[in-house]
Amino acid sequence: MATAELGTRRRRRRLSGWHFVLMPLALLFMTPFVQMLLAALSPAEELVKFPPPFIPSRLSLDGIVGLFNDTQILRWLINSTIVSLIAIAAHLVLCSLAGYGFARLQFRGRTFGFFAIVATIMIPTQLLMIPTYIMFSRIGLIDSLAAAFVPWLASAFGIFLMRQFFLSIPVELEEAAALDGANKWQTFLRVILPLARPALATLAIFTLLGAWNDLIWPLVAINNENLFTVQLGIANFQNTRRTQWSLLMAGNVVATAPLIVFFLFAQKHFIATMTMTGLKG
Amino acid sequence: MAITTEPVAARRPRTRANPQVRRNRRRQSLEGWSFVGPATLIIMALSVFPAAWALLLSLQKWNGFAVPKFIGVQNYTRLVTDSEFLDAVGHTGVYVILFVPASVLAGLFLAVALNRQIPLIGFYRTAIFVPFVASAAATGILSTYLFSPQYGLVNNVLRVLGLPAQGWLEDTNQAMLVIAIMSLWGQAAFTTVIYLAALQDIPNELIESARIDGATRWQSFWHVVWPQLSPVTVFVTIWQVIGAIQLFDLVYTTTRGGPLDATKTIVYFLWERAFKYLQFGYGSAAAYVLFVVTLMITIALVVYARRKNLEAF
Repeated sequence: MATAELGTRRRRRRLSGWHFVLMPLALLFMTPFVQMLLAALSPAEELVKFPPPFIPSRLSLDGIVGLFNDTQILRWLINSTIVSLIAIAAHLVLCSLAGYGFARLQFRGRTFGFFAIVATIMIPTQLLMIPTYIMFSRIGLIDSLAAAFVPWLASAFGIFLMRQFFLSIPVELEEAAALDGANKWQTFLRVILPLARPALATLAIFTLLGAWNDLIWPLVAINNENLFTVQLGIANFQNTRRTQWSLLMAGNVVATAPLIVFFLFAQKHFIATMTMTGLKG
Repeated sequence: MAITTEPVAARRPRTRANPQVRRNRRRQSLEGWSFVGPATLIIMALSVFPAAWALLLSLQKWNGFAVPKFIGVQNYTRLVTDSEFLDAVGHTGVYVILFVPASVLAGLFLAVALNRQIPLIGFYRTAIFVPFVASAAATGILSTYLFSPQYGLVNNVLRVLGLPAQGWLEDTNQAMLVIAIMSLWGQAAFTTVIYLAALQDIPNELIESARIDGATRWQSFWHVVWPQLSPVTVFVTIWQVIGAIQLFDLVYTTTRGGPLDATKTIVYFLWERAFKYLQFGYGSAAAYVLFVVTLMITIALVVYARRKNLEAF
């Protein structure tokens, strides 16, 4: 038994050369987050000392307390949550419907419609910003939460993603449902959609990342501080709270933590679906 | 990213005679559009229509209030002689050169490193992937903190090592480098995930047979694995170039285009023109130039890949 144990240990040691590469890299990648957390929990005065200490002498909640007392962070968090939830819900419904339609249904204009949509993926959002701003201000959407979520209701990428997924489902399933007398809507809702859970999760992750983290569009479309998204709020701190590092970093933590937690839970899903949706086809 | 089109079964010879068939077809059309209609309408309203409008705007002089004035291609001719715009193109080019090769190579290297079953691999992967969720706003604020000349960790480490402190984001020569480094931190996960997926698709037998034929690990990587990855390399390069040309958020949250305009990119320029100076026409022209440049680079890369028989598309 002792020799067997020695054997596995030796084999492990032989593999472990990569640890010398991966451990420093992993620590390096974590450093900014660790610094962010440390700074958020540091006493404010220690962060403007020279030379700055690597580790705070004591933990302090000054930054977090200041963040919630002196700024509208809570309101911004709620705004971002509303915007993201609406974006995700709309994206899941509209893109899966359209993806299925383009993948499986026969109708006039299908091929043209699909290629027209895919072609829009090439258009940079910056090109659309100016006309969209003018359009939104004409219909009174500027300075409203709707301005932030309307551009996220559906996306060409989402439609493309869902279509690729539906094409990978065997047609026989739908044919069997049709033989049982189900119409297209019933087939879609009862047979196809339950199978699409992994693709829907991917779509939800993409939408969440996009809508929650978006900066340039809310910056353009929202000026009222009550309606800021959390990203806009913390970006604006740089004008108003330049060296209040603990408050700034507390803001960063609050704006980033929800996504980090979400990512930790959905990581495997994220990677698996990315492979499955086949960026290679 | 092959676009798989199903054989279109609807292309039968037209049978106008049979009303039953026609009714069926109309029902099918209605059914189809009830699925794709809402999303298509949104894409048309929020992408196709504004894109067309932006083209019209780019031919006008307009501040949003006065009557728009049609001035033909004057916005475009002004752009090509506007030194501020040309500088912005140059700064964007510097960023593309700094960021794109680094992100592709980092992705490849990290994917190779992470593609193995060893203890702690889950931790390594998570540590490297998590920064992907950090927003540009958060990354920007973090950058100003980490690279702060007085209070930042980076200069603090340099000080301990006895090296001279640097200006980083406050130095015209270093600001773009800092932005590229922090972009890399946030986006290495993307190229890594793509490469990792591609590596896992390569049949093991291929590598094993190379090893049996006496190839070293290094040889089998360059002669067996790397050629298999080339479509993916083309894909991620195009993707990263498109993203890099559109750099804005990190500039806005770190330097606001400074110091001395050293990090003013094309998108920063167009944002400033349109939304600070309300030059909607001029800003739209800059946006169209951006679009055309993006399109040309993409087409050039695709053509290059086709020539070399790398089937990425």
